[in-house]
This record gives sequence, structure tokens and C-alpha cells, in this order.
Amino acid sequence: MLAHSVFFYFFSVIAIFSSLMVITSRSTVNSVFFLILDFISVGCLFIMVGAEFLGMIILIVYVGAVAVLFLFVVMMLNVAEQKQSWFIGKKSTHIPIGLIVSVLILLELLVVVGGWKYKDDLMSSSTLNLSDISNTHQLGLVMYTDYILYFQLAGVILLLSMIGAILLTFRQRKGVKKQSYFNQISRNPASSIELRNVESNKGVKIDD
Amino acid sequence: MIEIGLGHYLSLGAIIFFLGVIGIFLNRKNVIVILMSIELILLSVNINLISFSIFSGDIVGQIFTMLILTVAAAEAAIGLAIIVIYYRNRGSIRVEDIHGMKG
Repeated sequence: MLAHSVFFYFFSVIAIFSSLMVITSRSTVNSVFFLILDFISVGCLFIMVGAEFLGMIILIVYVGAVAVLFLFVVMMLNVAEQKQSWFIGKKSTHIPIGLIVSVLILLELLVVVGGWKYKDDLMSSSTLNLSDISNTHQLGLVMYTDYILYFQLAGVILLLSMIGAILLTFRQRKGVKKQSYFNQISRNPASSIELRNVESNKGVKIDD
Repeated sequence: MIEIGLGHYLSLGAIIFFLGVIGIFLNRKNVIVILMSIELILLSVNINLISFSIFSGDIVGQIFTMLILTVAAAEAAIGLAIIVIYYRNRGSIRVEDIHGMKG
């Protein structure tokens, strides 16, 4: 129990510190690296609390794909010199309101935590007896039977986002030579071979 | 203090959510950091769902977490694609310069 609490405080302090650094660090590349650190520490928390599959998904999908996508875009757009500065330049008018709203949200969430202490003991609402099999096995038992529709809808969402991202960033450049399979296949000897009589010591000029 | 319960995880989720909201409000330069703040908010929601799922012994919360992860990945991809084409058209992604719709 002591080890559990020590690891919890270790990872949560790292997570809070790195998410603070995500929104305050001056260069965008540093923000992305702190976002990666945040994902890693929260993934370790998930693994520690017993949701191993989702912790590994966070580590693989988020750190491996989404955060690297962010890094890729930051490096591609050359925004590293566009420093984010909060208090330099023209003051924005919605900073005080934003601060009030965020602090109110934090207080409300913490009030929920405090009220939860006086609730009755948690009752398990699960219908299956899932205590003696692994976490991944449990997820598979439920996800591919009761929630198969949602699983497939998630696949459709991923497909749609892939098509959308490709369509949005696709552009046709001028002066790029492309293969045309139709033209390649539909060539015949009559249109592509020309026989010439070449005089000696003269040579032949192509493309005239 | 030593006994780690549900409240600790909920507090962690609340603090990360708060930092994400503050990041959205206070950021005036860089729209990529706003997308990262949205990722922080989704991560805190995942923390809440997983801690409730573990402490109440119900696996369904983790399934919802997987669906949220899917939606978050799709949102990040689409958002970054929009940022790329905006930068290609305008040459800047400063938040102050994005006022084409007079919002």
C-alpha cells in the first residue's frame, strides 16, 4: 500500500507539472515534449491502477502516434519561433473571465470529490464475474459482444478522419510528372514505335 | 494520505482538466497549444472514467475510454490537417490573426 501511494504521488506530480509546462512553456516544441511526458506518466498511472490494456494503448497510440503527429506538424509548419507569450503585447480582454471560469470548474470538480467521501460504498454494477481473468480478457469479453456496434462505429470514425485529413491536405502541384496507368496500358506499337532510315554519319534527332 | 482511493484519482483528473481549460483561455499566440490543451482535457476525462471503472469493478468505463481515445485521435488528425492548410493559405497560425469569420 505504501508503494502504491509513493508511485501514485510520483506519477501524478510529474503529470501535473508537465501539463502545467505544456500550457506555459515558451516554445511549441517544448510543449509537445511535455505533452509526451504527461501521456507517459498518466499511462503509467493507468497500468499501476490495474487498467493495463488502456495504459499500454496510451503509451503506444498516444505517445507513438498522436504526440509524434503534433511534433511533425510543429516542425513542418516552422512555428517554433512563434513564441507564445501571455503577458507581452496587447492584453486580451477575456483572460480574467477565463481565469474565473477555470477556477470555478476546478472548485466544482473538487467539491464532487469531497462529496463522494460521504457516499455509500461503491456497488459493483457488473453482471459478469470478472475477477479472475486479466484486464485485456475482460475488455475483449465485453467489447466484442455488448459493445460491438460502438466498436465498429469507432472504426468508421477513424476511417472518416483519415479520408478527411488526406482530402484536406491534398493539393495538386504544377509541373509534377505523374504516372498514368491508363496511358501506359493503352499504348500500342503503332503509336509508340517509329521506324526511320538513318543515313550514315548523320544520326537521328528525337522529338521533332 | 497513504491510502490511495478514488478521490485522489478524481482530484488528479480535476487538476489536469483545470490546466487544460486555462491553457485554452490564456493562449493567444499558438493554436497548436490549444489543440494540446484539448488533448489534456480528454486525458483528464479518461482518468476519471478509468478510476471509476476500477474502483466500482465495472469494465464498461474502460470501453468508453477506448472510444474517447478513438475520437481524440481523429480530432487531433483533423485539427492538425486544418492547421496545415490554414498555414499554407495564410502563412500564419497566430490566434489573433484568425478572424476570418469575425467571431
